[in-house]
Amino acid sequence: MSSIVSIKDLSKTYNSGFEALKNINLDIKKGEILALLGPNGAGKTTLISTICGIVSPTSGTVTVDGNDIITDFRKTRQMIGLVPQELTLGAFEQVLQTVSFSRGLFGCKKDENYLIQLLKDLSLYDKKDTEVRALSGGMKRRVLIAKALSHEPQILFLDEPTAGVDVELRKDMWMIVRQLQDKGVTIILTTHYIEEAEEIAERVGVINNGELLVVEKKELLMENFGKKQLVIELRETAKEIPHMLHKHNMELTDDGLSISYTYDAKNAESNIQEMLKEFTDSGLLLKDIRINQSSLEDIFVDLVKLK
Amino acid sequence: MINFRAIKVIYLHEMLRFWQTLFQSVASPILSTALYFVVFGAAIGSRIANVDGVSYGLFIIPGLTMLSVLTQSISNASFGIFFPKFTGTIYEILSAPISFYDVLIGFVGAAASKSLFLAAIILITASFFVDLNVAHPFWMLAFLILTCVAFSLFGFIIGLWAENFEKLQIVPMLIITPLVFLGGSFYSISMLPPLWQKVTLFNPVLYLVSGFRWSFFEISDVSVGVSLLMVIVFLSACIGVVAWIFKSGYKLKQ
Repeated sequence: MSSIVSIKDLSKTYNSGFEALKNINLDIKKGEILALLGPNGAGKTTLISTICGIVSPTSGTVTVDGNDIITDFRKTRQMIGLVPQELTLGAFEQVLQTVSFSRGLFGCKKDENYLIQLLKDLSLYDKKDTEVRALSGGMKRRVLIAKALSHEPQILFLDEPTAGVDVELRKDMWMIVRQLQDKGVTIILTTHYIEEAEEIAERVGVINNGELLVVEKKELLMENFGKKQLVIELRETAKEIPHMLHKHNMELTDDGLSISYTYDAKNAESNIQEMLKEFTDSGLLLKDIRINQSSLEDIFVDLVKLK
Repeated sequence: MINFRAIKVIYLHEMLRFWQTLFQSVASPILSTALYFVVFGAAIGSRIANVDGVSYGLFIIPGLTMLSVLTQSISNASFGIFFPKFTGTIYEILSAPISFYDVLIGFVGAAASKSLFLAAIILITASFFVDLNVAHPFWMLAFLILTCVAFSLFGFIIGLWAENFEKLQIVPMLIITPLVFLGGSFYSISMLPPLWQKVTLFNPVLYLVSGFRWSFFEISDVSVGVSLLMVIVFLSACIGVVAWIFKSGYKLKQ
């Protein structure tokens, strides 16, 4: 897949001296769903705000479909839709009115049919003449998405789309994201819900303290950074791990009733077999075996802690 | 390349607020103009001798119009850009494929249009109280439009600069209103002691009111050419500041 957004050596230092982004390099592929994962204040919003033109970069370049975001801002912004984190909407406007305003702002011709269909897709059609202030938080979030899609963008940025949203709406939101992807829209979402990244993203970027720690396909990330742990429950209490098993990365629990063996998922086969054979030879009696696998959450916590 | 559609939607969006509160927009200038005429025109004005050969009721019309035009241009334009900053909806304008100048034309155009509309209402209302004749309609309109645009630009700058409602109000209330009252809106500076006449010459509003009054009655405190020059200087200064803001991204982008 060719990349649609290309970020090179991007840094941002705010006037206060706060370094929000440190030398970010990232290629976003056309048609993918990329999740930017990071704790609050990690730089996620600054990164997408920079690409969208709300924040000026201190150094580095960003191109969207080959066009520079500063010199060719009209071309790049035309391709981008942004759903902000906060529910920022004019209170007294009606739904269809505010969505039409957004379309006009992006220089697109009036197209009532498109907007009506968009509102229908987002379950907003019934509310098209309702004043925005009368809507619930979830509905306001949908209005923001409608506004961001009003000019038929090819790239959609969703900044914390499901923050403060109930479970049902969150699932709806994920469905909307998948439908958009089917239509060929590239989607970049920021989140601090790992569950969300795990659920819908194809690639995950982890940001912390303004640095992009890793960007990887979700499965690869879990494979490369994930640890597996094999837990052996014993029939009888053991006082210590037998000498012959010391070369393996094993730990005895305090109650002496189980041994945990942490191994590298990538070359697991040979090690496990060897370990199990030696375990049998050591005279310990096996009662049960189970495997723990680290979740994206564990990987995330490890990555963030590491730095 | 200019994004005309964006300018149009910003302009219409701003005007919409005006139409939605049309009654208030029309009723309040009519009421305040009528009050000024009752108080200054009929009650007090009847005891004041003609000023430079013009009855006092007539004399105050240009000043009265300028007072409203100046304060309303500033408050409309400053509020127009401040409000999206305050609510956060500015993100949409910043991320749209529009230049700062497109935004400026939309907001300032709408604010200036509202002020022009307001001036028309004041002048129409005034014509019910006094026999109003305009000696130089072209220049009257020229002064009015230039002033509306210049002060809407000024208001736009204030709206960008202000971080809170207090700052938004401070310039119109503490600077513009005194300048208008002391700039010969309701008197000719020839009525002042010589020292204060000189001091008044530093008040930019004097030149606006004087030029505007000349277009009605052909009487003025300073020459018309100087008045026109001062309006253009003020307009250019505002454009200069705006151009600098555009280049630096001052208060708009971080």
